[in-house]
Amino acid sequence: MAFRPETAKPLNELAEVLLHAPNSLTPGERELIATYVSSLNDCYFCQTVHGAIAAAHLDGDEELVRCVKADFGQATISEKLKTLLAIAGKVQEGGKHVTAADVAAARAAGATDVEIHDTVLIAAAFCMYNRYVDGLDTWQPHDEELYRQRGKKTAREGYITMSKEYLPQQNRTPQGA
Amino acid sequence: MPHIPLPEDLPGISSAFAFRPETAKPLRELAHVLLHEPNSLSPGERELIATYVSSLNGCYFCQTSHGAAAACHLGDAKTVKQVHADFQQAPISEKLKRLLVIAGQVQRGGKDVTRSAVDAAREYGASDIEIHDTVLIAAAFCMYNRYVDGLATWQPHDEQMYARMGAHLAQEGYKTPSIAPPSKG
Repeated sequence: MAFRPETAKPLNELAEVLLHAPNSLTPGERELIATYVSSLNDCYFCQTVHGAIAAAHLDGDEELVRCVKADFGQATISEKLKTLLAIAGKVQEGGKHVTAADVAAARAAGATDVEIHDTVLIAAAFCMYNRYVDGLDTWQPHDEELYRQRGKKTAREGYITMSKEYLPQQNRTPQGA
Repeated sequence: MPHIPLPEDLPGISSAFAFRPETAKPLRELAHVLLHEPNSLSPGERELIATYVSSLNGCYFCQTSHGAAAACHLGDAKTVKQVHADFQQAPISEKLKRLLVIAGQVQRGGKDVTRSAVDAAREYGASDIEIHDTVLIAAAFCMYNRYVDGLATWQPHDEQMYARMGAHLAQEGYKTPSIAPPSKG
């Protein structure tokens, strides 16, 4: 992100709208979707940092985050979120894997059109973020406490505020190098 | 039929953008920076990377619209078809061939990108930013393709329409709609 501020800006804005801005799905629910897809894509950094953000939103319940990754069907989350996670898993395999029956099940459990849309886009977006992080072979420290602290801060302040720590701020030139 | 009630008569991602303008804004801006803004890779080269990844993901709308944009930039639809069919045989630079190899690895998964593929791209003159942008274009199209197909958007088979969209994308970029919403009188 810091390497290329021009692309970091829309990438952070997208994460902010999808995961942090007000939504009928709670930030904790949306972070669980992001964490689940990142674990399917086996991206250590994304599943750990978004797992930490999810836990921060969910009163520090790291066990719940682990359950969702291991077998969300058995986790103590709403039926609606389970049906949305099923859709997210299909998106991770490929867009065409999502079936009308998956969507009907989510609707029967009370999901709105916007919630279904956002679930598809969160899952799709993490198929991008995960590939970006692993495709560049980025440094991914294994330090749980570091992710926990960063998770709390991101949960509180959101993605755009956090990005100010590493992006140049004054009059950023709008064009690529 | 789309999985959710998207605005009618708008194809592919255009309908999803109209449905949810809040997410459309950063999605448009990302495509604009990656594909349209000044870059040492030409817009035609970057559109070919986007087209190639979209074809690997089997997304008809994205591969056809970005293929049309690539053809506009290159002034040549034949090269686009050749890249589709077998980029190693296409009349493109050796550097772009190496970048397409990386893009194909990203499409399978981030961890599939090999050190030797990156070294090969560098050997043929690719800069760090070009390698970065190739990885991010390929990753971004793994998102756009899933978004377009995951909502089961309407994707008409209408070559004229894609040619018009491609011309708009090549000239104007991604910040404004590439296709007009149905006229409301």
